[in-house]
This record gives sequence, structure tokens and C-alpha cells, in this order.
Amino acid sequence: MIDPIFILEAVVNGILLGGVLALLALGLNLIFGVIDIVWIAYVDLVALCMYAVYFLVTAYGWPLWLAGLGSIAVGAVLGALVHLLIITPILASPPINQLLATGGLLFFIQSAATLFWSTDHRSIRVSMPTLEVGGIFISFTRLLAFGLAIAAMIALYFFLTRTYTGTAIRAVSQDREAIALMGARPQRLYLVTSAVGGAMAGVAGALLIIQYAVHPYFGAAFGPLTFMICVLGGLGNMVGAFVAAFIMAQVISVGGVIVSTEMGYVIAFVIFIVLMFIRPGGIFARRA
Amino acid sequence: MTPLRVVGLLALVALAVVPVLPLGAAQEYIWHVIIQIFLWSFVGNAWSLMGRFGLVSLGHGAFLGVGAYATVLFWNFYGMTPWIGGALAIVITVILALVVAYPCSRFQVVGHYFALVTPAVGEVIRLLSVAERDWTGGSLGVTLKTGGTASGWWTLQFADKRVFYYVGLVAWLFGLWVWWRVDRSMARSAMEAIGEDETAAASVGIRVTRFKMAITALSAALTALGGTLLALYLAYANPDTLSGIGVSLRIVFAVVLGGMYSLLGPFVGTALTIALSEYLRIYFGIHFIGIAETIYGLLLMIFIIFLPAGIYGSLAEAARRRLTRSPAGVAVRT
Repeated sequence: MIDPIFILEAVVNGILLGGVLALLALGLNLIFGVIDIVWIAYVDLVALCMYAVYFLVTAYGWPLWLAGLGSIAVGAVLGALVHLLIITPILASPPINQLLATGGLLFFIQSAATLFWSTDHRSIRVSMPTLEVGGIFISFTRLLAFGLAIAAMIALYFFLTRTYTGTAIRAVSQDREAIALMGARPQRLYLVTSAVGGAMAGVAGALLIIQYAVHPYFGAAFGPLTFMICVLGGLGNMVGAFVAAFIMAQVISVGGVIVSTEMGYVIAFVIFIVLMFIRPGGIFARRA
Repeated sequence: MTPLRVVGLLALVALAVVPVLPLGAAQEYIWHVIIQIFLWSFVGNAWSLMGRFGLVSLGHGAFLGVGAYATVLFWNFYGMTPWIGGALAIVITVILALVVAYPCSRFQVVGHYFALVTPAVGEVIRLLSVAERDWTGGSLGVTLKTGGTASGWWTLQFADKRVFYYVGLVAWLFGLWVWWRVDRSMARSAMEAIGEDETAAASVGIRVTRFKMAITALSAALTALGGTLLALYLAYANPDTLSGIGVSLRIVFAVVLGGMYSLLGPFVGTALTIALSEYLRIYFGIHFIGIAETIYGLLLMIFIIFLPAGIYGSLAEAARRRLTRSPAGVAVRT
């Protein structure tokens, strides 16, 4: 029998993991909701941002917070580039080609990272205290990452609801024909959305590198999970993705403690598949 | 079509005599590359049976993995001949496919959602084969035990690559035959109607679920057979090379690159991707680890952006348009 305190600790860690997963899923979901294309390589962009932070800190001696801002800029530029170079030419192609074009990007990023930076696992050691609350140990690093992830999501929320561009982005996701009639240019909005989605990848990268080591196949490790969360929440549904991230994180974290790490993931994927049968449009889909 | 048939027959004869040609020191390597092309084309053909009807699966690695692992484990632990082990592996895979496909079809998990549910199945199989490391060897993979003196048709292990060359050739032709049978059948029209609009298809009396289940079972069974043959040929199964999202994407890439609506599309795509990666691997050797894959990824993106119908698909379409001078839209799938 497992001591309940370990399970409680797993629950707390699950919540902290959920914050970061939610951030990963929101960026991907934003892009999907607006442009209607799934970026299979999204988490690989996050990995590139992690590399950016790592090298800015270790090779150029930037302080971590500044490197984090640098990572956001790198992410935004990468997002815009992916849109201009890969997505724009295939906007009218069948969905499978769109999916596979970013899938090609996935192979490209993974192997280019191997080429340039080898398969070494790289991490930034941040020495921060571990908090103890009622017998539960919580890593301060994770708590900080959780707090910043929530802050980034709130910032995204305000951007989408309180600014003119944000409102236009939400409008284009609702009706892409009507938005052109309203005098906004969808192409420009797509570009802004991709850059914002990329910037979210930059935030996620900065928050992940202080908890996990980055390696060329980092995207492969977190990618499928991120899609699961987006699909579970309902593609394009922000609130759904947020809730789904916490559900999946709990299953993985608690399942990992009770059975084993891999089985935690297996259980999460199986629950995902079963939930998809019960609610095919995501857990928050309105019934047709 | 007589000249085409002659060309096809000549190509077949050429492929059949490759193993007896004196190819010098590199002959084992050349056979190895061609065997891989045969087996992966066979798997690609199996995938395209679903893909061409809008059932875009990114989880075929699951079927491949179950086929490979079941065959290897039945042999290693129970000494079961791959004839029976492979058959059981196919049965298990079909059951798995139906367990997933039935609710998918009943609850209308289609389009993007279908494409993103399927990789979860592949991941489950990959993670299970990592987690159950006592039998499966975990992420190190599992080696097929040698049959010792019992090598041969009972164990399906052959020291001579040429046997597998012919096994691969026969498997590939079998895959093409199945594809051709489906293409010529009533089921094709029904499946195309379902792919266009399920509700409309159901309203004219097409049994949507039944057809979807049948094509899924067929595709899964052939993919599992491909997994069995790959495991027997390589005498090794690994969670990353035979299941999971990476291999699933590779299968889809090869098919889409060649053209998924044409008989030889998967073969052209697979032959090109394997030849390309082998060429890059040899050209760069041990220098610049990763560059071969980098160029491969880059070329994939370029091909998909500029040749959306696939290489073979685009060529075939252009040729047909020149011959018949019919509007492109009509010529695509005739």
C-alpha cells in the first residue's frame, strides 16, 4: 500500500505539471482555432526555444529572466517563419498535406538539433529551495513555472479579449469569410496569430528548461501528449484545453506514482481514447 | 494499356532476377535495401487502403508493433513457429483495430479528430512495449531467438538474404493485388461516398460502420503481416522503429510523397525515401550525424508543398491529361 502522502504529493505535482501542459496546449490550440491547421511540430518549436534559453544562459552569460524574454522573441520569430514559409503555400491544400508539411518540419527540427547540438541532454541547474508543506515536498522551481504559466495564460486572455487585434483574431476563428468583409485582412491576422502562438512556445520553452533537460527528441516526448490535450478539450476550445491539461497531468502524475511512469502515460492515453468515444468533439463540445 | 503491361512485366522480371545477378561485394547491401523497400511499400499500401478514403491514421505503428512483437514473443517464449505466431499476431491486431475503430465509427470521430486519436493508439503500444520490459526488453528492443539447427521454413529464419528477397517481393505483389481488388470492387464506391459525406452515404443505404470496419480490419491485418515480416527479416523488434508516432508518420510520408490514390504511389514514395536516406547516410557517413535526416525532412516539406498529389500521382495525372485531354478534375481518380 502506498502512503497517502505520496499520492497527495503526486496530486500537487500533477497540478504544477498541468499548468505547463496547459500553456503548451493553448499555443497550439490558438493556432488551430484561427488557421485550422494542426502544427505537428509545435512542441519541437518549444524545444528550439529551450535550446535558445540554454545557450543564451550558458554560452552568452545572460541572466535567466533576460534569456526567457529572448526565448519569447525567438518563439515569435519562429512562429511567423513557419507560417510564411510552410503554411502560406499550403493553405488551400487537403488537410492531410497540411498535417504532413509540419510533420516534415518535425523531422527537420529533430535531426537538425542532432546535427548542431548532438543528442546530449542539456539542462540549466537552478538552485532553488524545496518547500515543505505538511509533509509534502514541492519544488520551488516548479511552483515558479506554474505561476508564470498561469500569468502567461492570463496575458493571452487579455490580449484576445481586450485588444483590437485580439478581437479580430477571435472573429476570424468564428467566421473567416465575414472577417474580410469587416475590413480586416485574414492573412495578416494569421501571421499575428502564428507569432503569438510561437511566443507562447517561447514562454513554455523558458519554463520547461528550468525543470527538464532538452534534447533533440524532446518534442517527440511531449508532442503526442499536447495533441491529446488539445483534442480532449476540443480543438480550438481554450477553456477545454485548460481543463484537459489538468486532467491529463493528474492521471500521469498519480498513475506514475501508483504504477510506473510509462504506465501513467498508458493510462492517460487509454482514458483519452475512451473519452473521445464518449465526447467526440472534446469534453466541452456542445451537443449538436 | 498493352505497352504499359509490357513495361510492368519487364520490370517484374528485372526485379525477380536481381538476386541472381553478380553485383559484386555490395550485393548483400543492395538486396537489403530492396527487401526494405518491398516490405515498407507493402505496409504503405496497407495504410493507403484506409488513407485514400479519408481515414487518415497516424497510428499504424500500433498495428506494425503488435504484429512484430507478438510474432517475436510467441517464438521466444513459447517456441511457436512464426506461421502460427504470425497468424495469431494478425488476429490480435485485427481485434485491436476493431476495438478502436468501432467506437470511432459509431460516435463519428472523423477528420482532424480521427487523425489525432489514432497516434494515441500507437503511443499506447509503444509505451506498453517499453513498460513491459521483462518480456519485451523495454526500449532496448527484443532479439528473435535463433532457431539453431531448426533454421529454415519452420522458423522462417534464413541465413541467405535472397530467400527474404523473394518473400518480400511476393508480399509486395500480394499487397498490390489486394489494393487492386479493393479498387475494382463496389466497396470502393461505397467507401468514397463515406469519405465524402457519411450522412449522405448512410441515407442512400450504405452501411457506413460495416464498410469502415471492413477496410480497417483489412488494412490492420496487412500492416500486422508487414510487422511480422519485418521482425522476422531483421530478427529484432524495437519500440521506436516498429511502433509509436515516428514510424507511423514515416509510413504516411512515404505514401503521400508517392501518391496515395494510385496503385504504385506507395511503392514510388517508399523507394524514394529509403533510397534517399540510404544515399545520404552513405554520402555523409559518420560525419555530421543527423544531416541525412535533416535534408530528408527538408525535402519532404518541399515535396509536400510543391507536389501535393504526390510524385507518382502528379506524373500519372499529367500523363493521363496529355493522353485523354480531359479536364483535370475528372481524370484524377479514373
